[in-house]
Amino acid sequence: MTAETGAAPPALEVEGLRFRYPDGTPALDGVDLVVAPGERVALLGPNGAGKTTLSLHTNGLLRAESGTVRVVGVELDQATLREIRRRVGFVFQDAEDQLFMSRVRDDVAFGPANHGLRGAELDARVDAALAALDVTHLADRAPHHLSGGEQRRVAIATVLALRPDVLVLDEPTAGLDPASRRDLIGVLQGLDVAQLVVTHDLALVLELCPRTVLMDGGVVVAEGPSRELLADAALLAAHRLESPPGLAPAPRG
Amino acid sequence: MGAGHTHPLHVHEHSRTHHLPAHVKVVATLTTAGLVATAPRDDVIAFAGAAVVLAAVARASRVPGRFLVSRLAVTAPFLIAALLLPFVASGPRVDVVGVPLAVEGLWGALGLVSRTLLGATASLLLVATTEVPALLRGLERLRVPPVLTQIAATMLRYLEVIVGEVGRQRRAMTARGYDPRWLWQLGPLTAGLGVLFVRAYERGERVHAAMLARGFTGRMPVLVAERPATAADWAVAMAVPGLVAVARTVGAVVGGAEAWA
Repeated sequence: MTAETGAAPPALEVEGLRFRYPDGTPALDGVDLVVAPGERVALLGPNGAGKTTLSLHTNGLLRAESGTVRVVGVELDQATLREIRRRVGFVFQDAEDQLFMSRVRDDVAFGPANHGLRGAELDARVDAALAALDVTHLADRAPHHLSGGEQRRVAIATVLALRPDVLVLDEPTAGLDPASRRDLIGVLQGLDVAQLVVTHDLALVLELCPRTVLMDGGVVVAEGPSRELLADAALLAAHRLESPPGLAPAPRG
Repeated sequence: MGAGHTHPLHVHEHSRTHHLPAHVKVVATLTTAGLVATAPRDDVIAFAGAAVVLAAVARASRVPGRFLVSRLAVTAPFLIAALLLPFVASGPRVDVVGVPLAVEGLWGALGLVSRTLLGATASLLLVATTEVPALLRGLERLRVPPVLTQIAATMLRYLEVIVGEVGRQRRAMTARGYDPRWLWQLGPLTAGLGVLFVRAYERGERVHAAMLARGFTGRMPVLVAERPATAADWAVAMAVPGLVAVARTVGAVVGGAEAWA
């Protein structure tokens, strides 16, 4: 499960990314990360590790001091910003930040319409995204009247409608009840798109992401198959994380 | 409400008014408000005429009277100022149940109260029957510079954000036993205003970032096919300021109420 498979460029490629917040706090100190086409990668780390900062760089919401972000081979710069934003579907942690139109359908249409789709083509795109997230029945509802789980799925539909090459999800299961969480995992597993999942939900990582990247202090401190990495109790403890119950202390064969 | 609820001033219905193209409604509303605002302060025929016309529009649009009255509360500061006029204005006075009131002040109050209430009602009817995106698109169709419609769009979005934050803050306070019922108990709520501003600002920033992430370039995309305004649309909408204009003409011919006295 590495990126060096054939000619297809990685869905997402981050190289030597450095970033400091305006007050001087260093947040990213040379981060390298690769997500292959169709691959699902978990981005783990304690609070303040730089996970969200990194994810905000993937579609140019933050701009690095140095280093590059490439999406399917296209390097992020001022000229490609718009294209990158279409190719990277960014799902915010708080779905209420993402949903602002008066109807679910309009919210899902917002992205593709910004990119020039109109009429029947736009409708088809919206219908497909709603169906993929199993929220077709919510199309005419007001987003702020939906439950947390419904909002989360609609939020994902709003970026899926852009047909992104990679989905970046910030804490997708935070605040969801077990059934909503289960539904969401099922939906994410069914999507044929590369995913970078920023999370603290280690059980989610085991189910959804074969590979894990562990960040702390603005750098990548470990990466590897999720089962092995999450079974390394010492490594996790050193970075303020805990092995999920049933996996520690030793990896199962 | 429920599904169609869009903003706090919108009344979800399917009347002829609701389905008129937004820019037509904007023109009709501005004309009506202009006619009312420029009427002489004692032109009671024009004011009464406009009141009747607007009441008819409200009825035809199925906007409940109670809704209008409660939303008109925002004009209270102007109304209170107007009602003070008869007490503070100088000049000849008349006795009204033993209280000497300035004649000038009474006419001034009549003009101010009428213009405020009628103008506000016209605007309320516009927003009650028009969803925000349609309203903004309507303004764009009227060649209002995009920078202005963007400011309006941003204001509306932040307004909802702030209303939401106020609700959350209020709940957090109520949960810890704070239950303001009177004006002088508002201290903690106003102390929270600074925090509220910062939180609303940050939330607004996140919403904006989410819009940028989906390719927002400053113009709201056209999501629903807009039908062009027909001659019938214009005729229906402009009948409102038309009737107000008729009332003003009658008022001008008959003369203002000041002359009757």
